[in-house]
Amino acid sequence: MRRGQAAVFWTGFAVVVALLIAAPLLLSEYWRRLLTEILIWGLLAMSSDLLIGYTGMVSFGHSAFFGLGMYGAAAALLTSQPPNLWLALFYGLVAAAAVAAFVAYFSTRLRDIYFAITTLIFSQIFYVVIFTWTTVTGGENGLNFEQPALGFGRVLSVPFTPTILHWFVLAVVGGSYLLLRRVTQSPFGMVLQSIRENEARTRAIGYPVERYKIVAVMLSGLFAGLSGVLYAIQNQFAAPDFVFFFVSGETVIYNVIGGIGTLVGPIVGAGFFILLREGLSRFLTEYYLIPLGVIFIAIVIFLPQGLLGFARRWLNQ
Amino acid sequence: MGVSLDQLLIQTINGIVTGMILALVSSGLTLIFGIMDVVNFAHGELFMLGAYVGALTLALTGNFWLALLSASIVIALLGATIYLVTLRPLLGRDPLTTILATFGVSLVLQNYALWQFGAVSRKVAEPIGGHFNLFYLDYPWYRVAVALLSAAIIGGLWLFLKLSKWGIWIRATTQDRMMAQAMGIPVPWVLTGVFAIGSGMAAASGVLFAPFGGVDSAMGLNWILRAFIVVVVGGMGSLGGSIAAAILISLLEAYAALWVSPSQAVIVSFVVLIVTLLFRPTGLFVATSK
Repeated sequence: MRRGQAAVFWTGFAVVVALLIAAPLLLSEYWRRLLTEILIWGLLAMSSDLLIGYTGMVSFGHSAFFGLGMYGAAAALLTSQPPNLWLALFYGLVAAAAVAAFVAYFSTRLRDIYFAITTLIFSQIFYVVIFTWTTVTGGENGLNFEQPALGFGRVLSVPFTPTILHWFVLAVVGGSYLLLRRVTQSPFGMVLQSIRENEARTRAIGYPVERYKIVAVMLSGLFAGLSGVLYAIQNQFAAPDFVFFFVSGETVIYNVIGGIGTLVGPIVGAGFFILLREGLSRFLTEYYLIPLGVIFIAIVIFLPQGLLGFARRWLNQ
Repeated sequence: MGVSLDQLLIQTINGIVTGMILALVSSGLTLIFGIMDVVNFAHGELFMLGAYVGALTLALTGNFWLALLSASIVIALLGATIYLVTLRPLLGRDPLTTILATFGVSLVLQNYALWQFGAVSRKVAEPIGGHFNLFYLDYPWYRVAVALLSAAIIGGLWLFLKLSKWGIWIRATTQDRMMAQAMGIPVPWVLTGVFAIGSGMAAASGVLFAPFGGVDSAMGLNWILRAFIVVVVGGMGSLGGSIAAAILISLLEAYAALWVSPSQAVIVSFVVLIVTLLFRPTGLFVATSK
């Protein structure tokens, strides 16, 4: 029975990945770019699902991790000549991890709503710092830089065409999914889920709940930073807007729409949100958030499990 | 770093004035949280819409105090509607869902205001024109009036909670919702009423603040973030705590603005927050009994 279900899961996974590999060859430039972007935002949402869905902590501060990943990548790409992709990844992840450690240390002292609010405020700290530290971060204007090439040592170096970039992003996001899925199914992930279900009892059994939470926030921040690096590579700029808490809010929206505690749900939620935004903004320009906000409220009230909630048990097999 | 004593005194008064507005905003937020377990993410938007309603009424009638009153009433009714439509269905669910729902509400309201009123900030004239001499400055009386008025509104709320029948109902509902219901208190309406009162207070502070900084659709954002800091530092759900925290933070920011730019002075309040989290995560001014 379980082996049969696993076979179905992996078949489904392979089909989706195959479709996503083929997609850039079939889509127009506009849609290809949008699809890549959905994957990047999906990775950010997925990283936050580790907290929201699996540990029961709603983070309103993921923009800080995303943004620091972005600025970390920017630092690497501006200082290395020629711009080096792996250095960008390394700097971005280190920056995000440092911020995540800082945020995790303080915010995990609080629970539930207090956690949500403190993460929000912490992300604003980094926003203010980045916004006002003009000499280093470029302030409001942000930073522009060149796109690195996809290089493997001195052996092979391929410039990023949109299609190759899409495949690269797909590989990173797919790999992250498998990793995060493995994490949620590991003994560590089980403890996180037991914290979600009953924190007092988990502590009573003898697990150091705070330490588990800190690691969960750091892990989540690391993957969020990774998505920031990808976004920086795709768009070749870093701007303080991406550290602003709207990004965190959208991350939470992706999660709730797609279905928390599923890992793929947030990616679906990101896709749903971004496609709807593209569709609505054609005739509503920037006011697309009015209908989207209404849809979001309706989902919170009437469909709390999200779009993929029905498949939650199955996806976590 | 030559900072003279009079500069320090002026910043003290400035800090107390903004602190009182912040206290008014935060006490609405705290009231709603303490009694209903709802974190109202849309509080800043109610503040902003209140300022708009005030500005419109002022343009229509020319009377600032009428504008203040009508904005409070209109936004209180709006708050009651928001509560009935989006929050009542969530009763009994995880309190975290309320933060999500009100976040959705804030998105809708903020973009509605942008759509309806445009992106250009509106100026509102000070209703009290006079100035008095404060060292080398002409200090507007209006600022002093704002501080006093905010204090009066908060004091009124406190008396209302302490003495009126509704106040007793509200306190009973906070203590034990189930028991209050059993004693015949109309709990659903008490909750709706509390949300309306909190919304009205947000609107009143929005109108009072309007002459300082103008009215635009993004103004609520700045305040909700500061109010969140205040309620965490003051201890969530504690009315006295949030007033003390509001004044403390505003004073520190005002002093910091003597040395750095105001946008960097915000960092001071972040530092206060971090220190609070380190040493007293339940809040600096939390009373022993709730």
